[in-house]
Amino acid sequence: MNVAIPSQLRDYTGGSAQVEARGATLAEILADLDRRYPGIRFRMIDEQDAIRRHIRIFVNGEQARGIGAALAAADEVIIVGALSGG
Amino acid sequence: MPQRSSKARNGRPAAGPVTLLIGTRKGGFLLKSDRARRRWTPAGPHFLGQIVNHVVLDPRDGKTLLCAARAGHLGPTVFRSTDRGRTWKEAQRPPAFPKAVEGEKGLAVEHVFWLSPGHASEPGVWYAGVSPPGLFRSEDGGVTWEGVAGFNANPLRKTWLLGEQEQTTPDGAILHSINVDPRDSRHLYIATSPGGTFESLDRGVGWRPLNRGVAADFLPEKNPEYGQDVHCLRLPPLAPDRLYQQNHCGIYRLDRPGETWERIGKAMPKKIGDIGFPMVLHPRDPDTVWVFPMDGGTVWPRVSPGGKPAAYVSRDAGRSWKRQDRGLPRSQGWFTVKRQAMCADARDPASVYFGTTGGEVWMGAREGAQWSCIARHLPEIYSVEAVTA
Repeated sequence: MNVAIPSQLRDYTGGSAQVEARGATLAEILADLDRRYPGIRFRMIDEQDAIRRHIRIFVNGEQARGIGAALAAADEVIIVGALSGG
Repeated sequence: MPQRSSKARNGRPAAGPVTLLIGTRKGGFLLKSDRARRRWTPAGPHFLGQIVNHVVLDPRDGKTLLCAARAGHLGPTVFRSTDRGRTWKEAQRPPAFPKAVEGEKGLAVEHVFWLSPGHASEPGVWYAGVSPPGLFRSEDGGVTWEGVAGFNANPLRKTWLLGEQEQTTPDGAILHSINVDPRDSRHLYIATSPGGTFESLDRGVGWRPLNRGVAADFLPEKNPEYGQDVHCLRLPPLAPDRLYQQNHCGIYRLDRPGETWERIGKAMPKKIGDIGFPMVLHPRDPDTVWVFPMDGGTVWPRVSPGGKPAAYVSRDAGRSWKRQDRGLPRSQGWFTVKRQAMCADARDPASVYFGTTGGEVWMGAREGAQWSCIARHLPEIYSVEAVTA
């Protein structure tokens, strides 16, 4: 499926704003992203598998609260750097 | 104490140009001098927009740089360069705490704050101090990092640190000031804010507090076993039985095997006090140290006392102090110098450097006798390290 990558993480994707990733859950998508773009996962997901404070992940427009959500092939995943003031 | 050889390595003055490795709130910068240290040329930024807490050169190979960074939105990491900053690669496994078992709350690294090369006999070994307070070790030049379980999983860790605290960058609770005894790779000193100074004799397996005589005015018990707030702890490589620290509650020296710190800040002028962040060693003389006092009164403004910035130098291990302010603002100078943002180079005579929260870098020529501003308009400066060619 397509995953939208925010500007803060495009150093990892060679500048691409949209990338491909495979997986049946958000966790699997993130693991696949990390295989393709090493290091990208830890910068948005901490070692306790929590989405970092200033990162938001939306699945079909709904904000994901964790990374366990199941996904279908047609789902849209958008990762954004949250507006954090200033 | 472990058995050690009695001699530390000899310190010979460096002769070449100086490069300052500067970590700022918005990236890393290099400031390179000519041989005379009169002209300074900036380079960078590296990692523009990322919070760079520390940039450190490996003295064992003279070319590997490690950089502790995080962006406002992104998690913390370590970048490595093996060509003195021309190219960088991210660590494959940055410092990270273990995943907690189901139902328990685990720790997550907020930022990598401090980097220290390991012992000269252990090429590739590095230590990192993080927030929340944790110690990490790399054995492959910073490519992968493992937690030092003897501290991070120590049953007393949370007690020593007065509990877990909410983290903010860069001012939350941190582990910093990682010092390796040059005679013995197993012998480590670290500091935490809060928590105090801790010593390990077995490469980090076991730890014990080393805080006797150090005040903790912010606690009900004024001289506790632990809980003190060390701002910067330094071990002179040529006198490794000595420790100096700038603490939240004064300036101290400890001569081992002694166990009780002496408050050498009592010799500072009363109107200046002995509060500050950095503690700077002379490259060769273990009796010479610099501090940069700040206002620690009332609500802790953390600026130069009275708006008149000055370094203070002691040349007798803290028995007396001399003000060094020639060239610095005579008034209305309200900057702060953070704990990693002051250092000395290895030339003879040494120059002393500090970076300010206002983005200026100052050099104190002739061991602090004459100050001049050598860079301005940088972002808020978190760290300054001097290396020579």
